[in-house]
Amino acid sequence: MTLLVALVAVLLAAPAPPTLSDIEDEVVCPTCQVTLDQSNAPIAERMRAYIRERIAAGDSKEEIKAKLVEQFGPRVLAVPERRGFDLIAWLLPIGGAVLAAAVLGALAWRWSRAPRGEAGPLAPDVERRLDEELARFDG
Amino acid sequence: MTGARLKVGAQALAVGLVVALLALLVWKLVHDEGSGIPSALARGEQPPAPAFTLPRLDREGTLSLADLRGQAVVINFWASWCAPCKEEAPVLEAAWREHRDEGLVVLGVDFNDLRSDALAFMREVGMTYPVVYDRDGELVAKYGATGVPETFFVDRRGRLVGKRIAGAVNARDEFRRDFEEGLRLALGS
Repeated sequence: MTLLVALVAVLLAAPAPPTLSDIEDEVVCPTCQVTLDQSNAPIAERMRAYIRERIAAGDSKEEIKAKLVEQFGPRVLAVPERRGFDLIAWLLPIGGAVLAAAVLGALAWRWSRAPRGEAGPLAPDVERRLDEELARFDG
Repeated sequence: MTGARLKVGAQALAVGLVVALLALLVWKLVHDEGSGIPSALARGEQPPAPAFTLPRLDREGTLSLADLRGQAVVINFWASWCAPCKEEAPVLEAAWREHRDEGLVVLGVDFNDLRSDALAFMREVGMTYPVVYDRDGELVAKYGATGVPETFFVDRRGRLVGKRIAGAVNARDEFRRDFEEGLRLALGS
């Protein structure tokens, strides 16, 4: 019974609050275009302080990121959002990979189906040399 | 025959991709209004000031350049974390107070900033002129601004005049002269 109660408590427990390091590698410093964890720019310092404040206020990771987007625009995210125009950033590589696979598949199919060159009669001198070589090999 | 068709198809696809990329490049160049402004000002030209509408930071609502038609405008890009922005703020505030009755508007454009920091900065330096927030860097791109602080002057006919000041307007004598000259040209006095 105790085990069951403990299990339910774990399942119902609120998710662990995010940490600064959970967020700073997913957010870009807008003046230097690198993630916050790699930047010492003044605005990066302020953004880190802001993230700490929001964590202390109980915001989730997604809420903090949404508040940063509200203030700096979508360019503040290190990874583009999976909607709207930014979806292209996700779809293009996938589309490229599918296209490349299709081209490779088509080429492989073509090569596998290509007619083999039919062996014609050998030229007399080549046939004679071949016979000599074989005879020497057998002998 | 299939192979030949495949080859032609692949070539058409490659040419199509190159054409699409070129079209994208041309579109970007055509729509990148601001890229030529700093160089045009450096050549002494007076290009039309790019239009904009941005949310205000000092109060609710938005502000457009069109709302300021007929007035001289000093456009000053700033951010709260920028030390030179703090140094020049009193000079801009003094210009606004001195010339507002003549039709001068100093317009602050906050960029790359946390809203709460920007509001605290405005209170700290006693900024009373209108301020907009350029969240997406739209105005920065249109004017070809390269950082903060940076200042442009717009005359009553909506043309950019004088010199672009890339740095605090009171950072050195040259900038102080450019600032006074920019004010004079913008006001048409």
